[in-house]
Amino acid sequence: MNSLSEVPLAYYLLLSGVLFACGVLGFLIKRNIIAIFMSIELMLNGVNLSFVAFAAHWHALSGQIFVFFVMVVAAAEAAVGLAIIIAVYRTRETLNVDQINLLKL
Amino acid sequence: MSITTYIIISIIKSAALISILLTAVAYSVWLERKVSARIQNRWGPTRVGPFGLLQPLADGVKFIFKEDLTQPYVYKTLYIAAPIIAVVFAISSISVIPFGNSLTIPAFSLGPLGTVGPITTPLQITDLNIGLLLILGITSMGVYGVALAGWSSNSKYSLLGGLRASAQMISYEISLGLSLVGVLILAGSFSLRDIVDSQRHMHWYIFLQPVAFFTYLISAYAETNRTPFDLPEAESELVAGYHTEYSAMKFAMFFMAEYANMVTVACLATLLFFGGWLGPVFGPPIVQMLLPVVWFCLKVFFFMFLYVWVRWTLPRFRYDQLMAFGWKVLLPIAIANLVVTALVVAWRA
Amino acid sequence: MLHLPLFLIFGAICVAGAINLLVQRHPINSALSLIVVMASLAVEYLLLGAEFLAAVQVIVYAGAIMVLFVFVIMLLNAGEEEHTQGSRVALLLGVPGIAIGGVLVAWTVLRHSNTEAVALGALPGPPKDVARLLFHDFLLPFEVTSVLILIAIMGAVVLASKPGAIVRDRRPEPAQEEKRELAAVGKER
Repeated sequence: MNSLSEVPLAYYLLLSGVLFACGVLGFLIKRNIIAIFMSIELMLNGVNLSFVAFAAHWHALSGQIFVFFVMVVAAAEAAVGLAIIIAVYRTRETLNVDQINLLKL
Repeated sequence: MSITTYIIISIIKSAALISILLTAVAYSVWLERKVSARIQNRWGPTRVGPFGLLQPLADGVKFIFKEDLTQPYVYKTLYIAAPIIAVVFAISSISVIPFGNSLTIPAFSLGPLGTVGPITTPLQITDLNIGLLLILGITSMGVYGVALAGWSSNSKYSLLGGLRASAQMISYEISLGLSLVGVLILAGSFSLRDIVDSQRHMHWYIFLQPVAFFTYLISAYAETNRTPFDLPEAESELVAGYHTEYSAMKFAMFFMAEYANMVTVACLATLLFFGGWLGPVFGPPIVQMLLPVVWFCLKVFFFMFLYVWVRWTLPRFRYDQLMAFGWKVLLPIAIANLVVTALVVAWRA
Repeated sequence: MLHLPLFLIFGAICVAGAINLLVQRHPINSALSLIVVMASLAVEYLLLGAEFLAAVQVIVYAGAIMVLFVFVIMLLNAGEEEHTQGSRVALLLGVPGIAIGGVLVAWTVLRHSNTEAVALGALPGPPKDVARLLFHDFLLPFEVTSVLILIAIMGAVVLASKPGAIVRDRRPEPAQEEKRELAAVGKER
């Protein structure tokens, strides 16, 4: 097996870490609530990659199953979260999180 | 087979398939115009070539020479990217569709370069384990072309068309996928080649899964935005829906994407429910090799004809009817069919 | 073969997409770069032998969840975001913090891995094996997530529908009915 056909596990973990860090950064600096929500999805994706890499590393498929559950939770989260965003927009008419800081109208 | 031969053959197959697909797209437009004209007691295109057969060529030339307008109020990057996205995803789904068994090229000589040994290659660009899933994935990505076109045009008709298209395509994708699962349970594979192989001896899945076939057909019509589900481009309400602001080649790209999607859907219906290239095979070896392809093309042609036939038979749905039909009728039927199929398979095992 | 170059190419696309998500001001551009990240992650999954997962990643993540995002952005007509005091503070504190944390993690990961390598196709994840695991060993979690999805759907419907739209009085107003009858016999005023 030549060296081109294998990728060190550390590379996958690094990529996953970089994606997660980008997600955290987006969560901090973004002010649009939809963009913040997308940063959360980015973090979930970064974690998923490390799950799959570890599954391949330890030859255990259960790591992949975990990713399925993460996807299901992400789908549920997206549905409810976007519904909340629509409801918020309907009452506040803004998507800027700095202006959505009151519990009453 | 050496890697060089493999790459050369793959490139030849891809080029041939894409050009065949584009020709098929052009001529399905001709077919549509001709058949719809006959249904309305007209003649359709007759002027260019015999029976108007060169009409697609004339149309192509017209599209190229028309002025390509880019309105000042559009969101430019996405406005240009949207038709490209649509057409790329529409064409790339052809890559896993098998057209026939396999093709054997006898050994021939290239003169001083040596001889090329006999080559047997499947009539398919690539056979993936997850072929069907790949097509579903590509179809689901195709929504972006329509949605972005509607949004980036910055016009109310386009936006309404784009919104309608994305909601409609998400809703009907679910019943589309669920109707295919019944076939997958029976075939036990995601590879389209295996699915066709499991239909030998006239075990076509249309006989075993008739309900799945009709749910598939209906949701596929909605996925490709064809009448009676052409709400995203309903010309009587939305001018032209998501492509209102497009002209010339960009408009032609949407047109090509729509017809390429129709061809893909017809191919899938043929492969999953009508036994693909299976059919009576006879005659000398060369005929035996080509007959499966002929059967496949005939079946696909039937589905293309059905598209036009349905278009000029059924009126358009209203939008709330469309959504209610998708979620309250089609989805429960698809789930019920899936449960019954699973129960029967489990009981017999 | 060619695992490493493919990994590097699609990893670079991933990172570029993620950074573009941060830089872009308009949410639709951010959404599109997130789609690019997800699609190239699907390729990384293929490289790791998880074919089925790659397909699901494209269908569910890139094809369904992100369409929902794009749909909401279009529906609410979200414009460019403006930077505020809070975002500037987050930028000043967040970037160095993330950089330091990232370097620490990278150092740890790289230090503890000298020979570990993942070969391409080392672990094939054919749909059949995945299905066996999902429907035998993980049957209970699977069923529980289906309940979760159901609750999420109902919650989304309740949240997103206009107040009072779900409980609707189905009786037609008598005045309207009368008008329709009058119209039917052609006596409308």
